[in-house]
Amino acid sequence: MEDTAVLSEIESGQERIDLIRKDFPILDQSVRGHTLAYLDNAATTQKPRVVIEAIKRYYEKDNSNVHRGIHELSNRATAAYENARVRAASFINAGSSKEIIFTRGTTEGINLVASSWGRKNLKSGDVILLSEMEHHSNMVPWQLLAEATGADICYIPVTGREGLLDLSGLDDLLSERVRILSLIHISNSLGTINPVTEICRKAKEKGIVTLVDAAQTVGHQPLDVQEIQCDFLAFSGHKMCGPTGIGVLYGREQLLEAMPPYQGGGEMISNVEYHQSRWNEIPHKFEAGTPNMAGAVGLYTAMDYLDKLGRDWIDEADRELADYAVNRLKELPELEILGPPTGRAGIVSFLIKNVHAHDIVTLTDRCGIALRGGHHCNQPLMRKLGVESTARASFSFYNTTQEIDRLVEALKEIQKFFNQ
Amino acid sequence: MFDDIDDLYQQVILDHNKSPRNFRVIEDADYVAKGHNPLCGDEVEVYLKMDGDRIEDLSFQGSGCAISKASASLMTTLVKGKSVEEAKQLFAEFREMATTGNIPDGGLGKLEALAGVYQFPARVKCAVLAWHAMAERLNGSEESISTES
Ligand SMILES: Cc1ncc(COP(=O)(O)O)c(C=O)c1O
Repeated sequence: MEDTAVLSEIESGQERIDLIRKDFPILDQSVRGHTLAYLDNAATTQKPRVVIEAIKRYYEKDNSNVHRGIHELSNRATAAYENARVRAASFINAGSSKEIIFTRGTTEGINLVASSWGRKNLKSGDVILLSEMEHHSNMVPWQLLAEATGADICYIPVTGREGLLDLSGLDDLLSERVRILSLIHISNSLGTINPVTEICRKAKEKGIVTLVDAAQTVGHQPLDVQEIQCDFLAFSGHKMCGPTGIGVLYGREQLLEAMPPYQGGGEMISNVEYHQSRWNEIPHKFEAGTPNMAGAVGLYTAMDYLDKLGRDWIDEADRELADYAVNRLKELPELEILGPPTGRAGIVSFLIKNVHAHDIVTLTDRCGIALRGGHHCNQPLMRKLGVESTARASFSFYNTTQEIDRLVEALKEIQKFFNQ
Repeated sequence: MFDDIDDLYQQVILDHNKSPRNFRVIEDADYVAKGHNPLCGDEVEVYLKMDGDRIEDLSFQGSGCAISKASASLMTTLVKGKSVEEAKQLFAEFREMATTGNIPDGGLGKLEALAGVYQFPARVKCAVLAWHAMAERLNGSEESISTES
């Protein structure tokens, strides 16, 4: 990690950012003749050199299959993979690394719970409680489960365009029929930070199992599953400076022990006969087949990288960028910002009157600025808010206020262009 | 700042985006064709009033970006009065242009304003959405079409 910009002696914020940006090779390029301003971090974050190098080193030195070989390389690969599990446990303060299941990402983590826990525990008439701001990945797996079991889905409502959860009816919503509550922590389209600790505590008091979608949290804020006291929590490596194709599902040991396997295959068994098999212990029971070893190595390095920068600092940096962006965007007439007026994460969705989000994004791209435009995998929410799509700028600690200034200037030109 | 953007947002497109033609409901339409772009959530409805094999009137409704709106608007002005075969032929030529940039020998008139779309792969679907919906309906399909299919 010698070559990362974690130099506490450096006082100036600007110098620090300049050094941090040097950790990210991809940022040093021009797009359509302009320096790239990557403001699409909620979709996926960029990777620091240390992560890229760690993956390369794994393939150049240690690659082998895990848990199977007796030879040296297999030992190394197994150690690297299992160390990543231990690291992930400490990263989110899980009680034990047995509670860390490697997945392909948030989506697979949620599907695992819906399939394995859900099919075993849900029956007709039970209720799955979600919120109206869930990402499609925390909706569709439950719809499949509801269809298979006859359970119903209910939703905690969203107040409106300020994008807060309406918790006034929560006690009633947490009815006796509710078996599981699955909730997004930070909204990928609105930037809302939901009070998951408080909500999970209420659910727990009623014996309801809880899952937190922390996809937008891990790369941006400290995260402590024992404080939230959720039963499950899912996230993706690629949204936290790690590689794609790896993610984590945290599950409370007691629940994982009682759950049937998710997929069948190698790794997840302890004994196989022609007509039956015995399952391996947790977490291996849930990891069928050769896992993403290189991904785990990259994820390990990403966690180290974020911790060296300091997740409290990252959180602050993101929020400062978001506040700065909100204030500057307010300069534009006929621009509406969605999401909470205060206390938002580093995600800002907006609408410009008479200019469709796709046109905004196509035109900002011409200035080298990467935004996202669309429904952000939140179609029902967008319909509810009465918008088809929004343009979204989402920040990471390596973004700068100068990039936001460029965005604002570009948006002003776009308004002019469409109103000519 | 956007000097080089003319290949996508030509004046014709900005004009049709701002004041779309035939942007209305045809109450006694024979067909209503629906198109949906799941990528952005945009939806369009195309109304067709037939006179035998001829498209006597057509209009559209819905929401969308400048490209999809202008394309739908241009479509309504160009297809009105054409036979089903002619409309399908025009769509085939338009789709060829939108995906490859190739303009047929006879030219495509105002539609050529959309010739640059092929350089923006993410936007081709916007350009063909209303056309695709219309063509599917003329082919007898009752289903709402989706650009992902
Ligand atoms: C809030 C939220 N949940 C879930 C996901 C799905 O993550 P992945 O596609 O990495 O599985 C995303 C990513 O788009 C997200 O933003």
